[in-house]
Amino acid sequence: MKRLMKGNEALARAAILGGLDAFFGYPITPQNEIPEYLSKHLPEAGKVFVQAESEIAAINMVYGAAAAGVRALTSSSSPGIALMQEGISYLCGAELPCVIINVMRGGPGLGGIQPSQADYFQITRGGGNGDYRVLSFAPENLQEAVDLMREAFDIADAYRNPVMIAVDGLIGQMMETVDLDWEVPKRVLPEKDWAVDGKSTRRTRRIVNSLYLDPAELERHNLKLLEKYRKMEAKEQRYEIANMDGAEFAIVAYGTMARIARSSIELLEETGVKTGLIKPISLWPFPKKAFENLPESLRGLLVAELSLGQMIDDVRIVNQGRLPVRFFGRTGGILPEPEEIGEAVLRLKEEVA
Amino acid sequence: MNEIVYRKSKGLTAAPLSYCPGCTHGIVHKLVAEALVELGVLEKAVGIASVGCSVLSYNFFNCDMVQAAHGRACAVATGIKRARPEAVVFSYQGDGDLASIGIAETIHAANRGENLTVIFINNAIYGMTGGQMAPTTLIGQKTTTSPQGRDKTLHGLPIRIAEIFSEIPRAVHVERVSVHNPRAVRNAKKAILKAFRNQIEGKGFSLVEVLSTCPVNWGMTPVQALEWVEREMMRYYPVKVFRDGEDYEKA
Repeated sequence: MKRLMKGNEALARAAILGGLDAFFGYPITPQNEIPEYLSKHLPEAGKVFVQAESEIAAINMVYGAAAAGVRALTSSSSPGIALMQEGISYLCGAELPCVIINVMRGGPGLGGIQPSQADYFQITRGGGNGDYRVLSFAPENLQEAVDLMREAFDIADAYRNPVMIAVDGLIGQMMETVDLDWEVPKRVLPEKDWAVDGKSTRRTRRIVNSLYLDPAELERHNLKLLEKYRKMEAKEQRYEIANMDGAEFAIVAYGTMARIARSSIELLEETGVKTGLIKPISLWPFPKKAFENLPESLRGLLVAELSLGQMIDDVRIVNQGRLPVRFFGRTGGILPEPEEIGEAVLRLKEEVA
Repeated sequence: MNEIVYRKSKGLTAAPLSYCPGCTHGIVHKLVAEALVELGVLEKAVGIASVGCSVLSYNFFNCDMVQAAHGRACAVATGIKRARPEAVVFSYQGDGDLASIGIAETIHAANRGENLTVIFINNAIYGMTGGQMAPTTLIGQKTTTSPQGRDKTLHGLPIRIAEIFSEIPRAVHVERVSVHNPRAVRNAKKAILKAFRNQIEGKGFSLVEVLSTCPVNWGMTPVQALEWVEREMMRYYPVKVFRDGEDYEKA
């Protein structure tokens, strides 16, 4: 059954459907409807809801609950996610699964509260220390958001790694119809034989840790993590390609920007410029596969972001100089009109003529 | 016939302790381990190792252990205890971890009345990093970052953690103890036992502050260090019970 829901509430509902056991978070705009929804519905279901004293405490509570073997969630927005970076590094180092919802707003600093995608670097490169990666997914609309959220705990558990669902403030705040009933893919998961669950029936004690003082041991640990990250790169790339047959240009955009780009593509079609869409859904691993079999007809890529140019670095790495790559971006919480992106494609067309 | 009159607690692993000679961490480890065994909860205990000298305590306590980021032990403990209320959860934190970087997490865990046991080691210095000033360093005490001695006009006065926590109604048990002589050790054991018993009985947050030594970074022999605890530390940090199961509902 389809129902009309606000983005943040739909995400919160989807988290419960995904098996959420414990939520820890700290209020920040524009994601407050997530903790508000969960503060009512989790205790009703006998599950854990704690409003932490800070984002730093919240992510470390998640670390504790995840270590204890339950499905733990936090949600925040850009500056709050910045505060969580240390905890995310520890979660990756200690191989603890959890889900983090990031409803992005403008920066740097306190920035603003309007939609933004200026945290692509923060999400895909991370601000924590050490060699680590966070599986991150950026849905374009509410249906995609709730589907990813319902799957997210399984993905996190499969890899013993944090998963981030990154939406911008627009997706968090808007209302759309969503279907929460259909079956999302389920994974066969190993038992959490590493969890410190307070069970007195076990014989061997368990340790959750990210400290390896012996350099050789730390290198071995990092190589083991690398093997996991390689597996994620092979198996978890997600993307959508649209309107690509015979396309002259392609717009590379994710999240809200992909949604706007679809309208730009229609406008361009009317002027006779056939334009395709490459929409990354996984931000890390970056969907390199999406760029593997592009049509011969393509003459250039336009990367469109709600930032001053971050994902474009990954597009350039994947493109390896084959096609001209240009950028269009708005920032500060400004959403472009479809015409603005269309004009950027037309400028690219003139440039390559 | 020989008779065993004393043996290492089952609550400790066979791993040799990594602490310096004369450091009293070892005594406190023993007391915590004995308390877990005597209360019959070793098998369902989860300890939080914090950052500092006791970071490797996950190798020593013979129960499930989680290593936490610097200062975050009480947040991690909250996550574990809320997820697994049947577990007996304790943190073991030094003065840098608890009284400096982690004071917010500790105060809020106490204020929420988290059903936890916190063992707080106050040795008035940063040991692991080589003897820098701690929030608990005494006035006039020389450290590698207060070479002229702690000066209240520059560094403020040493923080009295037990006194601060005694103002938090939902901290049901707050006590400061010492381990500088056998009688003090026996008293510390009682306090630690009580702090765990409170958790088992669901009473709420207990904090035991243990005055501890750091002979290496204090530049003293182990005996001088024990004397310094009694002569200097106990004057500023009185050993006493600050809160003991008071009815916080009335607060």
